[in-house]
Amino acid sequence: MNMHTQPQRTPAETALIDAFGDRLSLLPGDGAVMLKRDDAIEAIKHGLPTRRIESWHYTDLRRLLNAVPDFDPAAAAKAIAPIVDGSTVLALLNGVSSAKAPDVEGVSVQRLSEKLTDGSIAPGLDPYGSDDAIGALNTAFVADGFFVDIADGAELERPVELQNLQAGGQTHVRLPVRVGAGAKAVIVERQAGEGAALTSSVSQLVLGEGAEVTWLIVQEQPETATHLAQFKAHIGKNAKLTLFVMNAGGRLVRQEIMIKTTGEGADFKLRGINLLAGDTHTDVTMVLDHAVPHTTSTEVIRNVVTGKARGVFQGRINVHQYAQKTNAKMACNTLLLSDDGEFSTKPELEIFADDVICGHGATVTEIDHDHLFYLMARGVDEKSARGLLVKAFVAEVIEELDDEAIVEALEARLDEWFVTHG
Amino acid sequence: MLEIKNLHARIVDDGTEIIRGLNLTVKAGEVAAIMGPNGSGKSTLSYILAGREDYEVTEGDILYNGQSILEMDPAERATSGIFLAFQYPMEIPGVATMEFLKVAMNEQRKARGEEPLKIPEFLKRVKEAAASLSMDMAMLKRPLNVGFSGGEKKRAEILQMKLLEPKLCVLDETDSGLDIDALKIVSDGVNALRSPDRAFLVITHYQRLLEHIVPDSVHVLYRGQVIKSGDKSLALDLEANGYAGVIGEAA
Repeated sequence: MNMHTQPQRTPAETALIDAFGDRLSLLPGDGAVMLKRDDAIEAIKHGLPTRRIESWHYTDLRRLLNAVPDFDPAAAAKAIAPIVDGSTVLALLNGVSSAKAPDVEGVSVQRLSEKLTDGSIAPGLDPYGSDDAIGALNTAFVADGFFVDIADGAELERPVELQNLQAGGQTHVRLPVRVGAGAKAVIVERQAGEGAALTSSVSQLVLGEGAEVTWLIVQEQPETATHLAQFKAHIGKNAKLTLFVMNAGGRLVRQEIMIKTTGEGADFKLRGINLLAGDTHTDVTMVLDHAVPHTTSTEVIRNVVTGKARGVFQGRINVHQYAQKTNAKMACNTLLLSDDGEFSTKPELEIFADDVICGHGATVTEIDHDHLFYLMARGVDEKSARGLLVKAFVAEVIEELDDEAIVEALEARLDEWFVTHG
Repeated sequence: MLEIKNLHARIVDDGTEIIRGLNLTVKAGEVAAIMGPNGSGKSTLSYILAGREDYEVTEGDILYNGQSILEMDPAERATSGIFLAFQYPMEIPGVATMEFLKVAMNEQRKARGEEPLKIPEFLKRVKEAAASLSMDMAMLKRPLNVGFSGGEKKRAEILQMKLLEPKLCVLDETDSGLDIDALKIVSDGVNALRSPDRAFLVITHYQRLLEHIVPDSVHVLYRGQVIKSGDKSLALDLEANGYAGVIGEAA
């Protein structure tokens, strides 16, 4: 007799496995893609990660994902204006790409459903490892997205805004973007909607030699939505990536960031703000591999915690043995505005090279009473003065971006959050 | 305009009594200088007038235009016309100076029942005030006081005072950290604001500032009390002979 112990499945796990059976015939993909999907759902059958898995310690997905909505073919997401006027918009409504891609010189856009059908992106569908629940979930269900290729040397005048908009149900999208050598671009990844959806979204960026990209993730899901996202990037020789992440919504959010410097002179900047309110859980987890010598990185995360919100930042920097002259600095600062809120920070430095500069720091503070007094002594009432100071705490990170249109656009998103949560 | 009656105050955190029975009256239009050695309670007095929560009044009262201000928070005091020019103005990263000035000016206007300033009018006023203090507008594009030199911060305080048009101006060691040219500019800024309906409380360690801002009255503060009052000649006397003589007389 074969004794096989299988822990009882949670309703969410059961719902995902059942949904896969129902959806299978509708999912695009050639044989290779369908095999990857099959492997992915097998991983989910082994159970969603719990706090016993180190990388999920602060976000027990198995416990927190207590329900999974059904796919809703009738869901109709509404189009929204881009954060920067005049941007090239590529919209996914309920996980489905618009048929006609806008024409921009130097940019070619393909619907991901086509790339799944012909199997050309099958190699990129492998999850990151056995603990990669988001990667597995996405690979199992991904049906569409955009494949964007920015030609060598192209310098885009306007931002490209990739919109992933939901109206309930489930959406699983993927956004592979290749930026050619010497190309320059600003890319906005907009995650928003109106429903209590389960969303998985995986962005995969490859930067060619000397490319410069500013990528902004603006996540403003409603407080009923579950948002599981990944951003993966390979940064080539002398290429620069500035990644800005703003989390300003969602009931259960995990944004994973996996970065690898693959060429000497590569530079990575992560700037993040987490605006946390209500009874929500938001996790930003970064794994950064300095894989070659002479690469640099800085990470600054600012968090504002109100209500019963819980936040997590895990930042892991791996400096490989031959990655000498690495320079990496990480900071995570939290403004805790309520007694019931909490924020957990876990910095990890794994350094195998001996000639590197690496550092990290984390602080948790309340509003500075001297600053509050100063503003009030000029006639600003207490509520407004607190608002100014909280906004200032996160605005500092935005102002660093040094591009007026982007700074203005992000400050507008910030103001929007303060209007509803201030 | 200002009447301080038998004021006793202590530090909330450790209960140390700093102000011990202070009496002082300042009339509208008057410039009153408060002098005194280090640790006499000068800065504490300025903070208590502005409503800082670190101090607690245990006895006595502060009347401003006949009304007690003890129950008012710092913002209410400010909108009623009390202004403190800080000895050490705070640097507040992330708060844009211009945005802050606009908010502060409009709060004052709101308290007086006036409409918010239109942007062009606001800019015009700021430009004029900055020019009169020889301040570069580029400075005001920075976050509030961030990266300002000591002298620039003091000028920025006077700029705010000009723009907010308070009725009772408390200047806490505005001369500290100023070179002689900056002292002249700041003093001229203060003198330009002197008017029959506005009073000044000028807190200083040295007579130097009072050569530029000539006071109507001089009060010596020691161990939390006014131990001697006089006219501007008292300041000269202190400069020549030090505080020891006055303190000896009072003891």
